[in-house]
Amino acid sequence: MKTNRRSFLKIGVAGALTLAVGGAIYRQLNPPAPPHPFMLDGDASKVLAAVIPAMLASALPSEPMARAAAVTAATVRVRDAILGLPLATQKEVQDLFGLLALGPARRLLAGVSGGWDQAQPQQVAAFLQSWRTHRIATLQVAYLAMHDLILGAWYADPSTWAAIGYPGPLKELLA
Amino acid sequence: MSSVIPDPIQAGLAAGWKVTDCAHLDADLTLEADVVIVGSGAGGGVTAETLALSGLRVLIVEEGALKSSKDFKMREADAYPALYQESAARKTRDKGINILQGRTVGGSTTINWTSSFRTPPITLAYWNRNHGLNGYTPEALAPWFDMMEQRLNIAPWAPPPNENNDILRRGANKLGIPTAIIPRNVNGCWNLGYCGMGCPTNAKQSMLVTTIPSALQHGATLLTRARAERLVIQGDKITQLDCVALDAAGLAPTGRRITLRARHFVLSGGAINTPALLMRSAAPDPHGLLGKRTFLHPTVISAGIFAQRVDGYAGAPQSVYSDHFLHTDPIDGPIGYKLEAPPLHPLLLSTTMAGFGEQHATLMRQFPHIQATLALLRDGFHGDAPGGSVALAGNGAPVLDYPISEFMWDGVRRAMLTMAEMQFAAGAQSVMPVHESAQQYSNWTQAQAGINALPFKLLATRVVSAHVMGGCAMSDDQRQGVTTSNGRYHGLANLSVHDGSLFPTSIGANPQLSIYAMVARLANGLAQELTGKPAARLVRG
Repeated sequence: MKTNRRSFLKIGVAGALTLAVGGAIYRQLNPPAPPHPFMLDGDASKVLAAVIPAMLASALPSEPMARAAAVTAATVRVRDAILGLPLATQKEVQDLFGLLALGPARRLLAGVSGGWDQAQPQQVAAFLQSWRTHRIATLQVAYLAMHDLILGAWYADPSTWAAIGYPGPLKELLA
Repeated sequence: MSSVIPDPIQAGLAAGWKVTDCAHLDADLTLEADVVIVGSGAGGGVTAETLALSGLRVLIVEEGALKSSKDFKMREADAYPALYQESAARKTRDKGINILQGRTVGGSTTINWTSSFRTPPITLAYWNRNHGLNGYTPEALAPWFDMMEQRLNIAPWAPPPNENNDILRRGANKLGIPTAIIPRNVNGCWNLGYCGMGCPTNAKQSMLVTTIPSALQHGATLLTRARAERLVIQGDKITQLDCVALDAAGLAPTGRRITLRARHFVLSGGAINTPALLMRSAAPDPHGLLGKRTFLHPTVISAGIFAQRVDGYAGAPQSVYSDHFLHTDPIDGPIGYKLEAPPLHPLLLSTTMAGFGEQHATLMRQFPHIQATLALLRDGFHGDAPGGSVALAGNGAPVLDYPISEFMWDGVRRAMLTMAEMQFAAGAQSVMPVHESAQQYSNWTQAQAGINALPFKLLATRVVSAHVMGGCAMSDDQRQGVTTSNGRYHGLANLSVHDGSLFPTSIGANPQLSIYAMVARLANGLAQELTGKPAARLVRG
């Protein structure tokens, strides 16, 4: 991983953008191999820990301990949702988190100066809003991927249903 | 696992149906049959039953798994990865359109919302006029519609529509826009609202509980978790179909290969996968038409918030529609649209609604009060709505390009205006077109100004599709289509296409019944040709 990162830093931001959606540059740097399933590695966890609270806002509990536990649970559910996608898409998502975890990409593309663990929620929200409406389609796609994965995985879980007034399916049929 | 619901699939398996889950193959497999059918959805199911009842040895290949009512637990998180193409997140190349399509035994019929319309006569008249399909008239197709409506118990929904649909009816009627009741393929429906996750009570008369069990009862073989890779072509004949076995999750090949030989091959994988299989097989395409003119009924959504509870998750998902805006202009004029309502469940709703953070969280807390209306654009009838095209990605997987022209965006804008006006007419407190730049408008005047100012383009506008059509268009003139009006592939003697990819335009209505009826006629002709005897007719089991 380390070698790959150095190599694509040399390519610069444009190359990194292509890489974010698993494009040609990445394939040039890596011999073709069947993509492996998504791994919730340090990069993905770090980015998700910052992005999940900005995406879910008050859907998360406010009490700090409960909130931290909910973010962890949400991260695991995002991973599970990703694992249901085609392997090629799982690879694209892995690349997206890998890219976002890089200092230069974080600063230049996301506009988040310090590390993700120090990012203020407003900073992360500003980053999401800028990608949401960005003129570069790739960044809009990346925003939408995070939108769908985080919100979808959150509200798919029965533990979140009471808060939105959803009774869930008929229990008699769940036996 | 005990359930009050009898499970016909489990019963059939216990009775000795020939079903092989290829995820568990421990050696390569070679099989032979009279006819190999790729896909078990609307086209494959009807073909399989017709041929099996006519005495032919049928082998059905399905990429998805065999799931049944015991598995259908009405949970999106389980249903989408298990039952849909790409976990219900299949997308066009630029990721601008999300496509809902089934990947399980029964195909999309296992997970669709049961709306069953005959092909609109104006669509058939257009085919007649512009595509030379003289045999495709309402009169010629009527017996096949009758047969399939009887086979699948299709009838207008008799109970009252749920509130999500009734708001569509009330809003339209306030504005003098006529609506009608949707015919559904159900038998003893519990009116639960979970059709999209697989019917837990087997009321939906999908291929999973009708034609496929009947074919298996009559000796057909079903292979699941088998992906059709390539047809082997020698001269003008298909000699075999090469398949790969997929793992239980349906994501990676296991390394086991399956070789299928037959007199005749039928492709029923749907309008994205069928052209892709033909492309991987280097099927003849002298005029560059294969995988071209793929139609989606691109669909846009408007959400309204009401004072009363709507409970859009409860009750028959689709029961009211309006075709008014398919008839306000000529079929080849400004693009028309059909209005319906979608079921609302937490995963699908939360991902569909634009925005994030506090705004999104606030909206989700109003979930029971949200009504959604959708507009399906009728693509394929105008030079500026030519549909998309299927190509192969590096790994051989299909990828659909589907650009949206200014001509189509004009239709999107009109549809967004119509839907907002109807929602306010029905008493909405606020309306939100699903668009990244849209606001929550609190009255019609505000919404009108807001929608007129929205920049309509892909990614900013949420565009979805649940209907894939075209790509193997029928025409007896090889310069206009890759298949004949009998569904036979031009230039290959023993290959038929029996699915929605045959359509030379979109249908202008939810397509399942169009596929059932047209394929029933084609399968009947094919059975007669292969057996030299009159083919069996399908009757309700």
